Amino acid sequence: MNAASGDPVDPALHSHGDTIGHGSRRSYWIGSFLAVILTAIPFWLVMTGAVDGVTTTALIFACALAQIVVHVVCFLHLDTRSEGGWTLLAFLFTCVIVVLTIGGSVWVMYHLNVNMMPMPAAGAGEHMSTMSRH
Amino acid sequence: MTSHSLSKTIFGRLTWESFPVHEPILLSTFIVVALGGLAAVVLITRYRLWGYLWSEWFTSVDHKKVGIMYIVLGVVMLLRGFADALMMRLQQAIAFGPNEGYLPAHHYDQIFTAHGTIMIFFVAIPLVVGIVNFVMPLQIGARDVAFPFLNNLSFWLTAAGAILVMMSLFIGEFARTGWLSYAPLAGLAYSPDTGVDYYLWSLQIAGVGTTLSAINMVATIIKMRAPGMTMMKMPVFCWTALCSNVLAIAIFPALTAAFFLLMLDRYVGTNFFTNELGGAPMMYWNMVWIWGHPEVYVLVLPAFGIYSEITATFSGKPLFGYSSMVYATVVITILSYLVWLHHFFTMGAGPTVNSFFGIATMVISIPTGAKIFNWLFTMYRGDIRFELPMMWVVAFMLTFTVGGMTGVLLAIPPADFVFHNSLFLVAHFHNVIIGGVVFALFAGITYWFPKAFGFKLDPFWGKVAFWGWVIGYWVAWTPIYVVGLMGTTRRVHHFDDPSIQPYFVLALIGAVIILVGILGFVMSIVTGIVKRRSLADPTGDPWHGRTLEWSTSSPPPPYNFAFTPVVHELDAWYDMKTRGYRRPLSDYRPVHMPKGTGAGLILAGLALFLGFAMVWYIWWLAAVSFAALLVVAVGHTFNYHRDFFIPAETVALIETERTRALTQGA
Amino acid sequence: MTEAIIQAPEAVTWHLAENEDHDHGGNGATILGFWIYLMSDALIFASLFAMYGVVSTSFAGGPVPREIFDLPLVAVNTAFLLASSITFGAAIPHMEAGRVGPTQLWLAITGLLGAVFVGIELYEFSHLIAEGAGPQRSAFLSAFFTLVGTHGAHVSVGLIWIAAMLVQLGQSGLIQENKRRLMCLSMFWHFLDIIWIGVFTFVYLFGVVR
Repeated sequence: MNAASGDPVDPALHSHGDTIGHGSRRSYWIGSFLAVILTAIPFWLVMTGAVDGVTTTALIFACALAQIVVHVVCFLHLDTRSEGGWTLLAFLFTCVIVVLTIGGSVWVMYHLNVNMMPMPAAGAGEHMSTMSRH
Repeated sequence: MTSHSLSKTIFGRLTWESFPVHEPILLSTFIVVALGGLAAVVLITRYRLWGYLWSEWFTSVDHKKVGIMYIVLGVVMLLRGFADALMMRLQQAIAFGPNEGYLPAHHYDQIFTAHGTIMIFFVAIPLVVGIVNFVMPLQIGARDVAFPFLNNLSFWLTAAGAILVMMSLFIGEFARTGWLSYAPLAGLAYSPDTGVDYYLWSLQIAGVGTTLSAINMVATIIKMRAPGMTMMKMPVFCWTALCSNVLAIAIFPALTAAFFLLMLDRYVGTNFFTNELGGAPMMYWNMVWIWGHPEVYVLVLPAFGIYSEITATFSGKPLFGYSSMVYATVVITILSYLVWLHHFFTMGAGPTVNSFFGIATMVISIPTGAKIFNWLFTMYRGDIRFELPMMWVVAFMLTFTVGGMTGVLLAIPPADFVFHNSLFLVAHFHNVIIGGVVFALFAGITYWFPKAFGFKLDPFWGKVAFWGWVIGYWVAWTPIYVVGLMGTTRRVHHFDDPSIQPYFVLALIGAVIILVGILGFVMSIVTGIVKRRSLADPTGDPWHGRTLEWSTSSPPPPYNFAFTPVVHELDAWYDMKTRGYRRPLSDYRPVHMPKGTGAGLILAGLALFLGFAMVWYIWWLAAVSFAALLVVAVGHTFNYHRDFFIPAETVALIETERTRALTQGA
Repeated sequence: MTEAIIQAPEAVTWHLAENEDHDHGGNGATILGFWIYLMSDALIFASLFAMYGVVSTSFAGGPVPREIFDLPLVAVNTAFLLASSITFGAAIPHMEAGRVGPTQLWLAITGLLGAVFVGIELYEFSHLIAEGAGPQRSAFLSAFFTLVGTHGAHVSVGLIWIAAMLVQLGQSGLIQENKRRLMCLSMFWHFLDIIWIGVFTFVYLFGVVR
């Protein structure tokens, strides 16, 4: 039955050398509450237009990042101990690849678009050649 | 309903015209293949081997069997891919000025596309995956991989992809877009026929197999190492297998997504890579190369691992600089993800972007160079035995280094504006793939063949294979470097300038010498089988190895190890031999094993039907196959009885037989 | 004071005395293996996000986000998916305690909420297509439909998995293997909610604010 911590060590769910990977009920309820708040705020901000565009953008992305962390910590119970630290390592590695894939692609494609933009018709061509390339 | 629309409903766009009965080359190929296939079926039936093949091989979840099946697939597809190469060499040796050659552009384009696609996806990947599959669990002291059923499924998915590509030879046409099938040429507007669809479906199906296999290998290496084998006491081959498969997991999703989006463009009419309505064809290039560059490291890292194992064994010394080898491997893994744009410097990203990727590309040669020095230092003052595996290592060092250097040349963006898509580039990547990956595969197959089958390959024919490949490679590809430097473009089926013809004739001669090498390899297997008693390996350790796989019999028992080994040092088997290890001769226990299953073969077969149906727009068959896939997949999860025990008495019998063989062979 | 301990070679342990037999049938790799699979799935979504990021302003003279994104509907949809993640979490303590009935109940509620999510999304898509804002209209719309649609397809697979799980729980109860599977399903379900956070932020909200 349940151990004192409320979490029996079930061999089906943990492998050798593993400590308890999933957290307590408390973390789950806190996570649920935070997730709701962090969802409501961005929707409210955008739907009411209470703040200007740039600030709204920054805030909604900040809330998204925060809520992802909440999900990963409170629902997925990711920590340094689960699976001997390998799930955390895999997660961090994936984050790096995600940043490289999205960031790298956007960076590359932006430059390709700027440099390889279709040229206008012949008459207007002269002044376009002085456009700075970066 | 008219008979025409009825046949369209039943057969999609498949018609009698889809069968190339008017093309003599294809017709004769088909006849040869059909006769060969018929002969195989007749022989198997005559010797009543269907039951054996089904229960011992096709449904096996044993990593050793799955590994061997991967290698068989790779070798068979090598013959097809090399046939394509010979045809290209012949065409390019004769098609000058008024002579159009024997292959029209329409056919030639399919050949170079098929050649590249097959060599990477259905030769290199299966051979590498096959060797990792066979060797790695033995080296870490495990009984099997983490997910044995998934392993079997991965193999059959790869085989299904290969079959779909082979079908394109005889039903319809293959892609004419190059092995990466660039948009917008690969879009519906410019390639409306079945070619690109065959390409996409076969690679998506095989790609699922490769991704699942990579997850399997990573989980195995992380979770199933023998007690005492810390990460830094793991053989270097397992480190390279780990990094290669981590890289594969990181990149195959990008290829899957790119192909998926191209499929949507072709089937649904979306505008990801079209020239209209906001499409961004250059994003296809970007995504495909995010996959494509790390992919070559997926292939070459295990190759480096094979060289490390062989160099240490045949120098009679531990590998020099184990830690630096590990760090170099990890650094290469990370860096390989930062260089992809060097495949399209000329597409116009500008100097800032080009410089970053150019410098990163040059940096990646540094850890690679460190590895070469480590191998050299391993050989230095070693008791070197120049048996065949070691010969391949030396050939690799001399050949691959040149290819690496031309790579650094190409890494300089201004230089690449001259070389891009010239034959210089083609020579470079054949240099590194043949010198790096192919030589390693032959070295590894020669090295581990006795472990897998209990006898060595015939050394004479093995040397014929070696010299054929090494001399053939240099004769074939040096002239291609030269004409590439002179400015000759790739993927061209006819040339106007007859002054460069001698180079192509030389290249053809080189290709024929390589053919001798390939035939030598096949002969070394055939002769090995015929002379297997004189080439037998009774001890399980024919090369005086250093790692755990050599502690087992040749071939190993189904359970690999009667008792899980406990590891104390790096080079665990060498440690055991020098510290007085004795095999346990009693107290055997029953061994828990996974059961074989036909579900993998069936699922892959259904995927094959789905792919074929989608290629030919046979919607009813696609829907039925898809539904069946779901039903079988979900149904398989209702089978909870997937394991059995090998009784202790059986283990005792096998181990006693091994003891007898050891005492006789000693 | 030190003593040299001479160990005879026979004192070295070369084998485990008994065969390893991780929790009666598993090898302990399932959770990690499934996690790694989820990471690969995350990378497929990353590629789709990258594609969307590249063409998100390629309207080709067609509909723009402000015209077609129904934020109140998206908010409702998001609420259903988030609720389903919370209800899945409610099933886990029952699973750990071995209570089959409550586990099935919370699982079924999760499935229902997920089905509503998919239903609303299908409604949204059919509405857009009827208005001429289908995936063929522009690269932006192609990327929108694909990114959101792929997520919806994953949720649908999750629904099939939930259905199969409910049957298997009814048949065999909370055996080790089923607990392992439920943990994997739980990771899958939460992972999909994480992807949705990216979708509603980057696609819907940012698309309207931009």
